Amino acid sequence: MRDKRIRVIHPWILRLTHWLNAFAIVMMIGSGWQIYNASPLFGFSFPITITIGQWLGAAIAWHLAMMWLLVGNGLVYFIWTGASGHWRKLVPPGPKAIWRDMKLALSFRLAHETGVYNAVQRLLYTGVLLAGVVVVLSGLAIWKPVQLWPLCDLWGGYFAARYVHFFAMTAIALFLAVHLALVAMVPKVLPPMITGGKL
Amino acid sequence: MNRRQVMQRAMALGFVSGLEGCNYDDPNHPDLADKFLHAMSAWNDRVQAALFDPHTLAPTFRPSQITMPPRFNAFYDISQAPVVDETSYRLELGGQIADKTPWSLAQLNALPQEGQITRLICVEGWRVIGQWAGVPLGQFLRRVGADITCRYVSFQCADGYYSSIDMASALHPQTLLALQFLGQPLTPAFGAPVRLRIPTKLGFKNPKSIMQLAVTNIYPGGYWEDQGYNWFSGS
Repeated sequence: MRDKRIRVIHPWILRLTHWLNAFAIVMMIGSGWQIYNASPLFGFSFPITITIGQWLGAAIAWHLAMMWLLVGNGLVYFIWTGASGHWRKLVPPGPKAIWRDMKLALSFRLAHETGVYNAVQRLLYTGVLLAGVVVVLSGLAIWKPVQLWPLCDLWGGYFAARYVHFFAMTAIALFLAVHLALVAMVPKVLPPMITGGKL
Repeated sequence: MNRRQVMQRAMALGFVSGLEGCNYDDPNHPDLADKFLHAMSAWNDRVQAALFDPHTLAPTFRPSQITMPPRFNAFYDISQAPVVDETSYRLELGGQIADKTPWSLAQLNALPQEGQITRLICVEGWRVIGQWAGVPLGQFLRRVGADITCRYVSFQCADGYYSSIDMASALHPQTLLALQFLGQPLTPAFGAPVRLRIPTKLGFKNPKSIMQLAVTNIYPGGYWEDQGYNWFSGS
């Protein structure tokens, strides 16, 4: 079902939303860590040098400003992905293909095929998109537990929603670590995400 | 430059702006980042006012769910909590109110009271459940002839704290001029003699030891709000 008109690896709208999302997610995670520190859920805090906003008020201000970029940009991406048929490239294959590609990837023998997402990539991308949906919906539940009470109830209440929000962030942060490590291992994939590349 | 470097630079940008541009701690000398955050906070005020449904009630809880012992919270230590003389206390009224006669504690106690067991969510993220009782603020405002078409209700406190809320939230049925906490008259640490209890907003929008209440169209701000906390801060 590949659209014959598309000659680039990454269409401009994908590149634009990718980099806007990269900026938004760094700002959201950095300010979110500072907010976490005001009332830690676990026995640790994030070092202030890797957080955004010098104090709670500034961190919340950044978090509630950047959420509009994250969500607005995310909506553009999801609508485009649905309407353009791009989603077909992202649907994870069956467990057999995932197992095969996972073994290849872990032994560093999984070849990069330009313009095609392998089973591991599909799994990771679908997973991080899902984590993105969860992080936004749990964040809205924490922001508006009274006005958006059905959303808060969905996560088991305000208290539980904070944990859901934290673990969804953790999933995104882990994805980011793997994502950056893979780009470092196969650096040729970076320029097409800026210029679009050629198929 | 590979993607890692790009990301590192993005991180560094956020970090540097965190150090220099995003202090958001000097409202009198706002830099570009401060102005951006201020504009977004004003936008979020409008979104929250639109999202606010006067008929949506904050969840209520069972007596067994009340947080014990109660948690003290203020911008000072519990030993610094102001002690207001309850016999000479008068709640002062100001602004667009027809009858500004001050109210004694006995007069406030004689008004119809309502109770609630609700959750207080702090801007820091933690939450406690408590039991409050007092005079519904909306009923009080109508009784004293407040102009409820005004935009703001402001509060001045015995400890120098001050805050303000939107009129729609002030008229919400769960918004109380609280006189009791956990079935007893308020103690100094928990806002004696009169505090605001508003479960549709964050904890810092619940000022304690209120000395003056005013109705106005001029934005009154607040102790934390003027330092950068979002003004509406609805739940």
